[in-house]
Amino acid sequence: MASMRKSLETDRNLFWLWWIVPALAVYLVFMAWPLFNSLRLSFYTGAGFKLDNFIGFDNYTRLFGGGEESTRFLGAFKNTFVFFFIHMLVQNSLGLAFALLLARKTIRGKPLFRTVIFIPATLAIVVTGFLWKLILNPQWGPLNLLLGKVGLGDLALPWLGDNHLALIVVSLVSSWQWVGIPTMIFLAAIQGISDDYFEAAEIDGASPTQVLWRIKLPLLRPIIGVIAVLTFTGNFNAFDVVFAMAGPNGPPAYATDILGTYFYRTGIAGQHPVGIPDMGLGAAVSTVTFVVLLAGVLVMQTLSRDPVGDRK
Amino acid sequence: MTRALRPRFKIADLPGYLLLGFWSLLVLIPLWVMVVNSFKVSLDIFRDPFGLPPTVSVEGYQALAAGGTFFTYFLNSLEITTVSILGVLILASTAAYGLANWTNRASRYLLLVFLAGLMIPIRIASINLLGLVKDLGLMDSLWGLFPIYAAMGLPMGVFVLTEFIRTVPKEILNAARIDGAGSVRIFVQIIVPLIRPALATVAIFNLVNLWNDLWFPLIIIRSDDQRTLMLGVTRLFGQYQTDWNKVLAVLTTASVPIILLYLLLSKQFIKGLTAGAVKE
Repeated sequence: MASMRKSLETDRNLFWLWWIVPALAVYLVFMAWPLFNSLRLSFYTGAGFKLDNFIGFDNYTRLFGGGEESTRFLGAFKNTFVFFFIHMLVQNSLGLAFALLLARKTIRGKPLFRTVIFIPATLAIVVTGFLWKLILNPQWGPLNLLLGKVGLGDLALPWLGDNHLALIVVSLVSSWQWVGIPTMIFLAAIQGISDDYFEAAEIDGASPTQVLWRIKLPLLRPIIGVIAVLTFTGNFNAFDVVFAMAGPNGPPAYATDILGTYFYRTGIAGQHPVGIPDMGLGAAVSTVTFVVLLAGVLVMQTLSRDPVGDRK
Repeated sequence: MTRALRPRFKIADLPGYLLLGFWSLLVLIPLWVMVVNSFKVSLDIFRDPFGLPPTVSVEGYQALAAGGTFFTYFLNSLEITTVSILGVLILASTAAYGLANWTNRASRYLLLVFLAGLMIPIRIASINLLGLVKDLGLMDSLWGLFPIYAAMGLPMGVFVLTEFIRTVPKEILNAARIDGAGSVRIFVQIIVPLIRPALATVAIFNLVNLWNDLWFPLIIIRSDDQRTLMLGVTRLFGQYQTDWNKVLAVLTTASVPIILLYLLLSKQFIKGLTAGAVKE
């Protein structure tokens, strides 16, 4: 009796498994397995797609061990961090500010502001990247024309042609595009805070600043963590915005070169002057990206853990 | 009624209005510049890039239509996006149905396996994916994108749909079972109609991501007739670089469908694009 019941139970289990198998198969074959394999291939070299020559850590030595390849890679690595840092500073602070404003009961026109702030996030990065490239064009761009007209001609800089400016400008355009995402996530979180907190604060005579720093921000801490993680994974994966605004070589003088463009050049497109991709080296770049992502996500989740103790 | 509930303007909110207003202009002016200048002749663009066209010119759009390839790019994107979204919806909803019903430890691990994909961008796997697409004989083909796009949409789709199916009241399902309905019938006739809002969320998330994707077409597709819209845009941008009205006509045509759809369904768009983010 018991064993029959047991086998019925297994049948039922297997029965539900069948519903999952098709999705699981696609997911494993086209996501998990290629990921694992890309990590494995970082220890190989070869011609084109045929990576059959095991070389241990040689690809990593080229990335980290000094020399020209290493300069490029570490430069791209540093730029990716700057890119991420500007997003955290500009995109996420603005997102928080917008959300706090849109959550205020006294502000009017909220649906309009909400809709407008989110528009760029629905557009292709290629499109917005190209559009901003035209707007920032040093000779013909509307921005510099406008600056000239209002007598600020001195500020009409070659926005994308300057070594020090280019990366900042690209990061700001990317922040412009994505600010709607943190705004909406913060907004949903603020609206989810129980009114009891605010009523209690009002009874105690707390000022709006105190309510912000003592109630809202501490309660938003886990959400700040979620957004930091999202920004981190998004930025370490970025490619399109630099590709559109500057080009795959990260000009000028590699000032806008980030891990995405560096990976594209080494692993996929092939670098000047050879033009043949070095897929083993590309795999090593992906592996480093993967490890950094994993470590970053773990660190940020630990930092943003609810200090009051785990919920649930 | 609504008038009475409307808050009155408060002076303390003035800095807030200024910030929101400034940002709205910063969003709208570039888009205005894009659309309005696509209807000007080049000389008028440089004379005044912000104003309405002194003479309306559809030169840029005519060049697009005459080229012929732009239409191909557009149709290609429409095809691959539609088929991939259908693929994701079918795979993710059946898997979510299984995961929501199968309540033991193995199913919890399986769900975690899917969720891991939310954190790990699939682009990291590009090197091996290229080899895989080549082995399937789909290199340089629009359809080489399909399995990748299907896999890409699964983590978010499975996550959102599993959560949603779990909220379906057990009483409804039990009643159906007592009436003799099998699991397939319950899925098709009860679950699918009930989870339509969640399906819309998943569809919109994938619509925006896949329509706007550049990376995978860029690394897989070379032939002109297989290009997606965004890959085509990069080609045309290079080709028309100095003809601003043509370039802007390309950018406008590529983005206006999504903007219009967004303005019609802005709530669903916002939900779809932020849904994968907030777990727990």
